[in-house]
Amino acid sequence: MQSKPIALTVLDIVSIIVLGAAAYLALVFAPTELVMGDVQRVFYFHVGTAWVGLLGFVLAAITGIAYLVTKDMKWDRFEVAAVEVSTMFFFITIVLGSIWARPAWNTWWTWDPRLTTAAVTELIYIAYFMLRQGLEDPEKRARFGAVYTLLGGLSAPITFMVIRLFRTIHPVVIGNASAEAQGGFSMTADMRTAFFFALFAFTVIFIDLLWHRIRLGGLQDKVEQLKLSLSI
Amino acid sequence: MSSTSPRPTFFKATMAIVQKDLVAELRSRELLSAMLVFSMLVILIFNFALELDIKVRQSVTAGVLWTTFAFAGTLGLNRSMAVEKDRGCMDGLLLAPVDRAAIFFGKAISNLAFMLIVEAIVLPLYALLYNEVRIFQPAFLGVVFLGSIGYIAVGTLLSAMSVQTRTRDVLLPILLFPVAIPVLLASVKASSGLLNNATFAEILTPLNLLIVYDVIFIAVAFMVFDFVVEE
Repeated sequence: MQSKPIALTVLDIVSIIVLGAAAYLALVFAPTELVMGDVQRVFYFHVGTAWVGLLGFVLAAITGIAYLVTKDMKWDRFEVAAVEVSTMFFFITIVLGSIWARPAWNTWWTWDPRLTTAAVTELIYIAYFMLRQGLEDPEKRARFGAVYTLLGGLSAPITFMVIRLFRTIHPVVIGNASAEAQGGFSMTADMRTAFFFALFAFTVIFIDLLWHRIRLGGLQDKVEQLKLSLSI
Repeated sequence: MSSTSPRPTFFKATMAIVQKDLVAELRSRELLSAMLVFSMLVILIFNFALELDIKVRQSVTAGVLWTTFAFAGTLGLNRSMAVEKDRGCMDGLLLAPVDRAAIFFGKAISNLAFMLIVEAIVLPLYALLYNEVRIFQPAFLGVVFLGSIGYIAVGTLLSAMSVQTRTRDVLLPILLFPVAIPVLLASVKASSGLLNNATFAEILTPLNLLIVYDVIFIAVAFMVFDFVVEE
C-alpha cells in the first residue's frame, strides 16, 4: 500500500493557508473600487481561476504530446488530471464572471466573443470526457484523449487572442483594453498585491489538486490490475 | 506506367483512395443524396424558425448557410468513415503498403469533394429560393471553399476517432463542433461581411484567422492521424 507522501500533506496545508490569505487580501485588504464597489473583488479570484484553468489546458496538450511520443501511461494520468482540475476551475471562472457581469454589465451572460470562446473551451473539455467514456481499451483511450487535448489546446490561445481580434466588451486590466470594454479599471498598488497573490495561491492549489488527481489515477490503475489478477 | 516500385507514390496512393470513394459514391449515391436532402430540410426549418424575410436575410444568410453546411458535413463525415469501419475496409487500407498520411489525405479530399458538391447544389438553390444573388461573388465562394477545407480536415480526423467509440454517431458533432469553432466563426464573419459589402480591411481579420486555422488543422491532422488509426 502506497501511503500519502509527506510533501503532499504539506502542500495540502499550504494550499489551505494561501487560499485563506488570498481571500483575506481580496475581500478585506484590497481597497474598494470606486465605481463598481465591492463586486469588483470578484476579479481577483476570477483571474486566478482563469489562469490555472488555461494553464491546465496547455499542460494537458503538452502531456498529450508527451504521451503520443513516449506511450507511457503516466502522461495519460497527468493529462486527465490536468483536464479534470482545469475544467472545474474554468467553470468557476465563468460563474464568477457571471456574478460580476450582473451588476457591471447588467446581465448574467452576453454573447460577447470572449464569453463565447470561454464557453466553447469549456465544452471542448466536456466533449473530451465523453470521448474517453466511449472507449474501453485504456491504451486507445489514452491515444485519442491525447489527440483531442492537442486539438483543444489549439483553441485555448484564441480565447486569449480573440479579445484583441474582435471588438469585445470584456475589460483587459493588464495591457490595452479595447475601446468598447466596459467595467475596466486600473489597479492600485494594494490591488496589485491582492491580484498577484491570488494568482500565486491558485497556482499552489492547482498543483495540489493535480497531484492528488494523478495519485488517484495511479491508484485506480492499480485497483484495475488487482481486479484482473483476481479474476484470472 | 513505367514505375514498377511495389510501393505506390504518396500522390498515387492518395488519389487511389479518392477514386475509390468517388466511384463508390457514384454507384450508390447514398451519401450525397442524404446530405442534400438533409441540407434542404435544415434550410426549410430555418425558414420557419427565423421567418427568413428580406430584412432578416440581410443579416442571417451567412449564418444559415454555414449551419447547414456544418450539419450536412457531419452527416457525410460520419457515413464516409462508418462505411470504412463496418466492412473492415479500414483494416484493409491500413494493411496496404502506403503512408498512413496518404489515407488521411485520400479520405479528406473525398470528404471535401462531397461537401463541395453539396455546397454547389445548395448555394444556387438557396439563391433561387430567396432571390439572393449576392452569394455569387468569387470572394464569397472562396471563403466557402476555405471554410470547408478547415472543417473537413479536422472533421476527417475526428470522425476516424468517433467511429471507434461506443457512442459513434452521436459523438462526432460533440467532438467536432467546439473544436471547429474557430473555422466556423471566421467563415461566418468573413462571408457575412462580404454579403454586406464590408471593406476588405474589415474582413481581413476573420480571413486571416480562417487561413491560419486551415493550415493548423491540416498540419495537426496530418501529423496525428497515425495515432488515431493504429491498432
